[in-house]
Amino acid sequence: MRLERRDETSRLALALAPLLAVAFTLGVASLLVRWAGAPVGRTWSLMFAGAFGSVFALAETLTRATPLMLTGLAAAVAFRARLYNIGAEGQLYAGAIAAVMVGGLHGGASLTVPTALLFAATMAAAALAGALLLLGPALLKSRLGVDEVVTTLLANFIVLLAVSALLDGPMKDPLAMGWPQSVALDPELELGRLIERTRLHTGLLAAIAAAVLLWALLRFTVWGFDIRATGANSRAAAFAGVPVGWTVVRVAALSGGLAGLAGAIEVAGRTGYVTLDMSPGYGYGGIVVAMLAGLHPLGVIAASVFVAGVLVGADSMSRAIGVPTYLADVMVAVALIAVLVAGLFARWRLRWR
Amino acid sequence: MARAEPARGAAGPPVLEIVEISKRFGALQANDRISLTLHRGEVLALLGENGAGKSTLMSILFGHYRADAGHIRVAGRPLAPGDPRAAIAAGIGMVHQHFALADNLSVLDNVMLGSEPLWQPFTRRRAARERLRALAGRFGLPVEPDALVRELSVGERQRVEILKALYRDARILMLDEPTAVLTPQESEALFTVLASMVAQGLAVIFISHKLGEVLRVSHRIAVLRAGRLVAQAPASECDPARLARWMVGHEIDEREAGPAGSPGETVCALRGVVTAPDARAGRERLRGLDLVLRAGELVAVAGVSGNGQRHLAELLCGVRAADGGELRLGDEPLRADPAWLVSRGVARVPEDRSAVGLVGELPLWENALAERLRTPEFARGGWVRRAAAREQAERVLRAFDVRGAGAGSSARALSGGNMQKLILGRALMPPPGAPAPRLIVAHQPTWGLDVGAVDFVRGRLLQARDQGAAVLLISDDLDEVLAMGERIAVMHDGRIVGDRSARAWSREAIGLAMAGGGDAARAA
Repeated sequence: MRLERRDETSRLALALAPLLAVAFTLGVASLLVRWAGAPVGRTWSLMFAGAFGSVFALAETLTRATPLMLTGLAAAVAFRARLYNIGAEGQLYAGAIAAVMVGGLHGGASLTVPTALLFAATMAAAALAGALLLLGPALLKSRLGVDEVVTTLLANFIVLLAVSALLDGPMKDPLAMGWPQSVALDPELELGRLIERTRLHTGLLAAIAAAVLLWALLRFTVWGFDIRATGANSRAAAFAGVPVGWTVVRVAALSGGLAGLAGAIEVAGRTGYVTLDMSPGYGYGGIVVAMLAGLHPLGVIAASVFVAGVLVGADSMSRAIGVPTYLADVMVAVALIAVLVAGLFARWRLRWR
Repeated sequence: MARAEPARGAAGPPVLEIVEISKRFGALQANDRISLTLHRGEVLALLGENGAGKSTLMSILFGHYRADAGHIRVAGRPLAPGDPRAAIAAGIGMVHQHFALADNLSVLDNVMLGSEPLWQPFTRRRAARERLRALAGRFGLPVEPDALVRELSVGERQRVEILKALYRDARILMLDEPTAVLTPQESEALFTVLASMVAQGLAVIFISHKLGEVLRVSHRIAVLRAGRLVAQAPASECDPARLARWMVGHEIDEREAGPAGSPGETVCALRGVVTAPDARAGRERLRGLDLVLRAGELVAVAGVSGNGQRHLAELLCGVRAADGGELRLGDEPLRADPAWLVSRGVARVPEDRSAVGLVGELPLWENALAERLRTPEFARGGWVRRAAAREQAERVLRAFDVRGAGAGSSARALSGGNMQKLILGRALMPPPGAPAPRLIVAHQPTWGLDVGAVDFVRGRLLQARDQGAAVLLISDDLDEVLAMGERIAVMHDGRIVGDRSARAWSREAIGLAMAGGGDAARAA
């Protein structure tokens, strides 16, 4: 048994691969649903209704998709350049706390700054915090060859502990009755609602705009060429004159900035303040989203909605029928593996003899 | 060295029968119903151009590939296809062109590696050492069992590879272009070893495309061309002209580079250039290299690979900085910056087409423009001017006859020859308005190409020279150096040890200089 590269990869196979992967995922999950003793058809219809079946359900799904989209873009652009940023979770928290530092502490200091300027400063601070957090690992990688997977992964724990210390210390909200919760963002800075009486906020538009901009950057600019060439073959890129080290540093700033922005937009659009459980793993989820999307920025939009839909739908289905929400985790995991394997088989064939 | 007479038993049943083997890779018929036999005590030479199917056939024999059709019998018994372990058990040993040795282990460890069962609690080093010594003595392959492989010279490493095969009781030994990495003198030593092996009843398959040595060492010669066995004859009935005709399918006219008038002004001058060896990649370095390249002159650099040619090429391609010495391009100091070099009219053809020359995942047009994407003609405000870029790319693809894929498909789809044409076109064909190249650095530009592509590449290099460029051709292939160079410089141990007009060199003198004798000895 061995793998052989296909002579030519058909576009049809490449397009069909994700669909087959989703079908496979549903098949595996159906077995689990049966095992849990629930009716399969009803489980799926409840889950779909819970994710997309009403305006409220759709709004909830898109609310969840927003941070996933941004962390997904953060992972996608970094992975394109072969910078394996596993630290989006930490960068998200760093962005969130930086946003509150600029846009929340200020509220107490009663400085008079135009709201628009303060909003821009808040977002910029969040992006900068995320970018700086990834800059260290990127420089360690390009200068000393330190594996960025290890450094970015471990930085997550450091950031989370630091945020925890801040929430119990200087950033603690005195009105939170002892809960480890940061001071609130200036209400002026909160994002508007896209649909009344839902949690869906304009951050979704920002995330979609970021995806389109990133797509254009990768496809139409010299910098995008640098990123793609560096990721695909850094020796050939360097030979052709691409500044490989500088590209990795710029990508780190972009990727960390996007993840930091995810944190700030979560705070400004949904929570209003920082808590230690504000992200149910959006940083890690972003990696799954990016891989599902084949590292394509526009694909990230669809993949983040899919993952968010599975999570939200499973919550709703679980309340109605009693199948554990773990099903959602299993589905996302199976979908990721199925997409990777399907992509593999689109390009390679298995030979038995 | 006289050719060893076939040992007794040569007339008996064959030790190896290859029957009607076919193998196809996509559109390429790599092997087309090839049948061969091999007897005890015989050296069979497998001759053919690069890409004729020699390596594929050997890979099938050794179980790396599985043939689409046909079968193989060893000593009368069928060989299980697609299984290297079965091949080893049947007594087939292979010495690859690129050695498969662990640098950080000793000779003994390398030889033992994989030859002992994993569940055995202790390795039997003492017995293994005795056996290795016995084998080394028997076949005249002296090695130091406890030396680390990374300390060994290329010739010594090859000995370890051969011993590795013998240690596994190989009765049939395949050598894939064994002399490609050796000096002429080291090759002589290898031929002596081969003679002693066949005298003791082994059978050898000797793969090469060098006619002279094939005629010297083999008893029988089989010639492959485009996947077919086109001829087979006893070596005593062959001569170089006949073999060459079989190999290429027609008479070859030796290209004469010819004198191209008197060389012009100095384009590039290196004086006392020093580089340090890379931390992990071997001992290659430069230690005081002097070289002057003039307009309208083609200088060919010969040498056994690993004597500093790679560093020299990388310096002139801008991907390595010198640690000492003076490098000048025209009247400016040469910078280690590819984009700067391209802007100054340096055309660069790297040694490794697919790993360094091109980004396989990216489309042809981006690869064709990769060197100049930052220039104002092709980018404005950071945005690529796609129309202009694609137009220039199409011009390059047309002018250099790059076939097999459109401008939008990924470069990986190209064959080796077309990859090289694309790289050559990118380097030699500046966009309108940009100056023509004045210095061309080509490192192994024809390695692994078929005859037609080799001819194309050489023709383009000569054409650029005729238009006034200084051309530096670095090649491991002595025939290429002799055919192309007006001036030949020989590298040994990080220095140019001989540098004079091609007419003042003989093949023997070059071989001697490559091994560190000649000029180097006189200078010392």
